[in-house]
Amino acid sequence: MRKLLSTCLVGFSLILAASQAFAAAPIKIGALFAVTGPASFLGEPERNTAVMVVDEINRAGGIHGQKIELITYDTGGDATKAVQLANKLIKNDHVVAIIGPSTTGDTMAVIPVVEKAQIPMISCAAGIKITDPVKKWVFKTAQNDSLAVARIFEELRKERKTKVAILTVSDSFGASGREQLKAQARRYGIDIVVDDTYGPKDTDMTAQLTKIRGSHAQAVICWGTNPGPAVVARNAKQLGLTIPVYMSHGVSSKKFIELAGDAAEGIRLPTGKVLVADLLPKSDKQKASLQAFIRDYKKHYRTEGDHFGGHAWDAMMLLKEAISRGATTPAAIRGQIEATRGFAGIGGVFTYSAKDHAGLNKDAFVLVEVRKKGWTLVK
Amino acid sequence: MELLQFVISGLATGSIYALIGLSFAIIFNSTGIINFAQGEFVMLGGVLTICAITLLKLPLLAAILAAVAGTTLVGIIFERFAIRPLKNATPLSLIIITIGASILIRGVVMLLFGKDTQALPAFSGTTPIEVGSATLLPQHLWIFGVTILVIIGSRLFFHHTITGKAMRACSFNRRAASLVGISVWRMVLLSFVISSALGSLAGVIIAPLTMTAYDVGVMLGLKGFCAAIMGGMGSGLGTVLGGLILGILESLGAGLLSSGYKDAIAFFILLLILFVRPQGLFKKGETERV
Repeated sequence: MRKLLSTCLVGFSLILAASQAFAAAPIKIGALFAVTGPASFLGEPERNTAVMVVDEINRAGGIHGQKIELITYDTGGDATKAVQLANKLIKNDHVVAIIGPSTTGDTMAVIPVVEKAQIPMISCAAGIKITDPVKKWVFKTAQNDSLAVARIFEELRKERKTKVAILTVSDSFGASGREQLKAQARRYGIDIVVDDTYGPKDTDMTAQLTKIRGSHAQAVICWGTNPGPAVVARNAKQLGLTIPVYMSHGVSSKKFIELAGDAAEGIRLPTGKVLVADLLPKSDKQKASLQAFIRDYKKHYRTEGDHFGGHAWDAMMLLKEAISRGATTPAAIRGQIEATRGFAGIGGVFTYSAKDHAGLNKDAFVLVEVRKKGWTLVK
Repeated sequence: MELLQFVISGLATGSIYALIGLSFAIIFNSTGIINFAQGEFVMLGGVLTICAITLLKLPLLAAILAAVAGTTLVGIIFERFAIRPLKNATPLSLIIITIGASILIRGVVMLLFGKDTQALPAFSGTTPIEVGSATLLPQHLWIFGVTILVIIGSRLFFHHTITGKAMRACSFNRRAASLVGISVWRMVLLSFVISSALGSLAGVIIAPLTMTAYDVGVMLGLKGFCAAIMGGMGSGLGTVLGGLILGILESLGAGLLSSGYKDAIAFFILLLILFVRPQGLFKKGETERV
């Protein structure tokens, strides 16, 4: 009896294993994220999100019955390592597509590899040069800095403010912002009357702000990531600066409000819609995606999902859409991604074309104002 | 009218540089070491205060005392286990040890408390105070006040108490000091105690203004070092003036020229003084006492 039972069991499990192997070889997708190192604030939520999305897809039975296998590697924010790992994904793991890397530096280094191997890649980095000029196999989901700049300038034009002071941090994020601010100012009829910078580790910006107070600027735009902008906010309050202060999307997190304290009140900044998902009108196309992302992320990781994780969510979902439209080979997946029209994700509504692999317009950003230690939409 | 604001901002940052400079000078005078872990003591002051408030739920004053005590303990451990065992080490290797210690402290703090910047609430509100056409915050008054108290305190201590005089004696001539019955090692330990307490105090009083994180110590330490060099490494008024001048020059540089030059100004001055007046701005040239 016992022997019979065990034979049955072995047979049964053999059948099970065989059927699994024949029915659905998993679709292999590679992921490169800077989970450790200086860019870990990007890589970690991105990796978490990608793992989460793949889990959800597989739990729901995969795409057309095919499971997805996600192979993630940590680049540590090191471009050399990113290139090695990209090669490994393509040559050893035989992935059909890659999502990531997290930073512009890593992405630029990996581009020649994927272009040569003809594997589609959806980067989660924001640098404008990733998709400008367009590379055949490279897409991206993070919003360009230029869109955030456009959103601020549009508001200033609406309020008929033509003279602004800019205060940017002297690192790559600030430099890119400064370049965009200066490049787009003329198109919106805006004069940059003070163009000043501060160091990423500076602890007092009263000197720069005093200079701005003495100028005819009607608004200040500060471009940096924490903690600099919080110091700027505090110093502006100390000096009694009466003109409105705009920040970049680099500080669109609760951390900024926490650091700047009361001085954050009234400050405006462009941000992706994750921050204000609940405030969006029902008619907003992205609302459903945003709420799904936030709910799932909270369920899986017990913390709030942010827009960095959103970049990976968008990348995975774009791939999922492409594959569920029947694409299985790298070339077909690339073609289907490029054919994406009006996909409402976390970063915005994506419409790719042969000429545009960034896919977003300035509606990807909303302008928010800090009020009572929370965010409100600026209409 | 902008000038006044630049000067006031400069004085505020300068006071901090002065405090840190003083703590450099105190250790230098009793040991001949330039302690490059000094900046980490400043960082520890701020970070530990925030920890004491958020984790231990202490009230502000108790948290500050706990942080200063904690940092002092780190200073004592540092002296006991890294400096004292090396009896005959050259100053150069001791200096390298302090650099190693600073990297270690920074790393441990990063692992324990994370990489996020944190803010300490201001001691007495954030309502700006107007001084003519310039403004300053109540926290600036705290900084000025503490700096003045520390200057007076250190003057009294080093010139009017036996222990203080003993420490100065060690700085002039160690062997002679030990011959007249001064325990040189105790004085060295004491100098580490005073210096780490002073550094952490500086870290605490600036944390509400500048915020703090595991890596703020590096730059502040270097600026304090500049101040001490300008003052000729004396533990007196020279270093304080050095700090204030540095702060004002930085602020004027950022305001009138370009903020890009702010740090360059500090280090240019440092190099200039090391080349031209290595004895400091305010000291008369000293002859080697034989």
